[in-house]
Amino acid sequence: MSDTIILHVARYRPEIETEPTFQEYQTPCRKDWVVLDALNYIKDKVDGTLSYRWSCRMGICGSCGMTVNGEPKLTCAAFLTDYAPGPVRVEPLRNFPIVRDLVIEMSDFMRKLVQVKPWLIRAEEKPLSEGEYLQTPEELDEYKQFSMCINCMLCYAACPVYGLEPHFIGPAALALAQRYNLDSRDQGGRERMELLSDHTGIWGCTFVGECTKACPKSVDPAAAIQRYKLKAALEWFKSFLMPRGTS
Amino acid sequence: MITSSHDVVLVGGGAAGLRAAIAVAQSDPRLSIAVVSKVYPMRSHTVSAEGGAAAVVRPDDSLDEHAYDTISGGDWLCDQDAVEAFVKEAPEEMLRLEHWGCPWSREADGRIAVRPFGGMKKMRTWFAADKTGFHLLHTLFQTSLQYTRVVRYDECFVTKLLVEDGRVQGVTAIELMSGQVRAITAKAVILCTGGCGRVFPFTTNANIKNGDGMALAYRAGVPLKDMEFVQYHPTGLPFTGILITEAARAEGGWLLNKDGYRYLQDYNLGTPQPYPVLRSMELGPRDRLSQAFVKEMEKGRTLSGPYGPVVHLDLRHLGEKVITTKLPFVRELCLKYQNIDPITELIPVRPVVHYMMGGVHTDINGATPLPGLFAAGEAACVSINGANRLGSNSLPECLVFGARAGRAAAAFAANQPEASPSVLAQAAEEQRRLERELLHKTEGRERIAVLREEMQRIMENSAGIYRSGAALTEAAGKLRQLQERFRHVALHDHSRTFNTEWTAALELSYMLDVAETIVQSALRREESRGAHQRTDFPARDDQRYLAHSLAYRNADGSCRIEYLPVTITRWPPGERVYGK
Repeated sequence: MSDTIILHVARYRPEIETEPTFQEYQTPCRKDWVVLDALNYIKDKVDGTLSYRWSCRMGICGSCGMTVNGEPKLTCAAFLTDYAPGPVRVEPLRNFPIVRDLVIEMSDFMRKLVQVKPWLIRAEEKPLSEGEYLQTPEELDEYKQFSMCINCMLCYAACPVYGLEPHFIGPAALALAQRYNLDSRDQGGRERMELLSDHTGIWGCTFVGECTKACPKSVDPAAAIQRYKLKAALEWFKSFLMPRGTS
Repeated sequence: MITSSHDVVLVGGGAAGLRAAIAVAQSDPRLSIAVVSKVYPMRSHTVSAEGGAAAVVRPDDSLDEHAYDTISGGDWLCDQDAVEAFVKEAPEEMLRLEHWGCPWSREADGRIAVRPFGGMKKMRTWFAADKTGFHLLHTLFQTSLQYTRVVRYDECFVTKLLVEDGRVQGVTAIELMSGQVRAITAKAVILCTGGCGRVFPFTTNANIKNGDGMALAYRAGVPLKDMEFVQYHPTGLPFTGILITEAARAEGGWLLNKDGYRYLQDYNLGTPQPYPVLRSMELGPRDRLSQAFVKEMEKGRTLSGPYGPVVHLDLRHLGEKVITTKLPFVRELCLKYQNIDPITELIPVRPVVHYMMGGVHTDINGATPLPGLFAAGEAACVSINGANRLGSNSLPECLVFGARAGRAAAAFAANQPEASPSVLAQAAEEQRRLERELLHKTEGRERIAVLREEMQRIMENSAGIYRSGAALTEAAGKLRQLQERFRHVALHDHSRTFNTEWTAALELSYMLDVAETIVQSALRREESRGAHQRTDFPARDDQRYLAHSLAYRNADGSCRIEYLPVTITRWPPGERVYGK
């Protein structure tokens, strides 16, 4: 195997370029290097003007998502050798406005996150002196996988619906809504349902399943959305049989 | 310049910062609160904490036992009044997180589960599998979204504390997206920026851990306390420095040398048993375990790996079920980053820089000596961690002292006048400095990465697990030279839009200041205590050094060390005994 590899890195500096271009860099290709290590090599030794986000380098902070050879990836977990002999094409995540180079604008998600009310909603909060809300391991398992979302935005980059319809709330936020709906301590399901059961919420999803494929944490947002749709349909149906207030 | 005004400004949006923000909002709903963070809050380094968070919850445990474990673990350098407050308030803070939805792991009957942890005599470490920090951070962040009085300045990099009339009146910050310099005025500021592991080359710390808050306070004349105490975690993956949590040993993992021998038995840490024993062997404190590694290396009993000597962490006997349910992240990290499956293979590990016991000098309410300035979490030193922090005490520390600092800052802010107009002139001057001396600078011959790597090498060689006066003296001189060379640093990126070279230069300057306080504090402490081991002064010296070091910045930029007595309430200094 060659000890170097070529990276084609997307560049976009709004003061200089009107649209993104590619710049070619050569970096070492070591067995334990990931794409992020190659970017850090470029930043430190070759070209200090390259901009991208990163932090933990252990797949948990969710900062370093980019498009690598066409697929959304956490670059801290994408080994260079898997792309050998290269070249490797590194671009910003798709479906988002580009701020600069590999940095995307994600404030849309931050707004949508608030909309799904991702916090425990209770009619009455039990005082701390009465201890914890009991929750069995089985009850925890009901929502646990949906609580694993690191907000890395890979699912939004993979979602064809979000690409066409930016109002769609999208996979991660819907999975997080389900994370709370399915939590035995939560009583906010109906409140969230009212918000989410329209075309920008769950009904926007056409079940392509790309989100689940892209998720680096096995969250399965597609399943969360499908489960939600079923629940919403049943609620709608029940509303005819049992008008509100009698249930 | 864009200016805005709030009552309380939080710098940092990790566990301590978010807990403090919620505490301010709850204690006085009229106050306007800003969380200023150089990353989106859910990217904060709290996210990487794995093993758990300690708080007394079982009937067979007691607050005094948690306090004693913490104080003896800290080699009697902890302030005992602070420790007593900490252990008393930790359980309710943890319970509050449960009420906010944190997915704590449970017993079969639905109660909170606890696990053993290093240096703890009872099981009191709450956990959310082995992603405790991740769940804690996301729970806090998502909960904080309900508070509309909390305004977030995401991806804003704080460059300076604005101090006027003897009190803090705000901060200046670069908004990364636009490159605009902002002045954010305030009646109180709380620093919650975490640690500074990146001053060392091999660390578990994220790229953002550059001691920002420590340097900001130090430059404003506030002393940094106990900076010589740097924690090496005994089990990091080679090359990446990714942490393999202590929970792996708490669940029963063994440390083996090249002969497959549980070498900790040779270091006064107990006799090996097939099952985990509290305060014994692999569940000893981190300082002693990391020191034992160095001794094994000197005896030629470590293995050599491509990135230096390693020992093995053996989890194979725990079986697939324990590993996949209690330690799923350990397995994920080993598989993904080391290509090793811990169910069937040994994990190579070595000590790695993990945590700063020292930090911004505060009292028990998070107040620093500078009126209006508070600090909490790893950025602060209260101190509950003394010379060595016990694993699983740092997350509850963020909660307890984040909440305390939040309440204290809210009370302080309620009685302060608006910021004086003259602080804006100071902010304008800072803007000129940031632009003239860095952003628009076209000459310079020093590369940021070169200076950073030199600093990291100096720190590893002088301020590692074992230190000596000679090495520290040499390091002090070299760090001065690096400070001088930093004046000639080159910037190639002159764009305002998301300029990460600009911020990298500022981060390097923070780290250089913090590195100097570590080396100077270590040089002056002529004894060995906890994580500070001097080969030329191998014994603890309570006569001279039962005291906190305080590093002050002199007007010429050099560092001076003073001392402050340790507060002892009920536990007179004694011998640290493990394995008995």
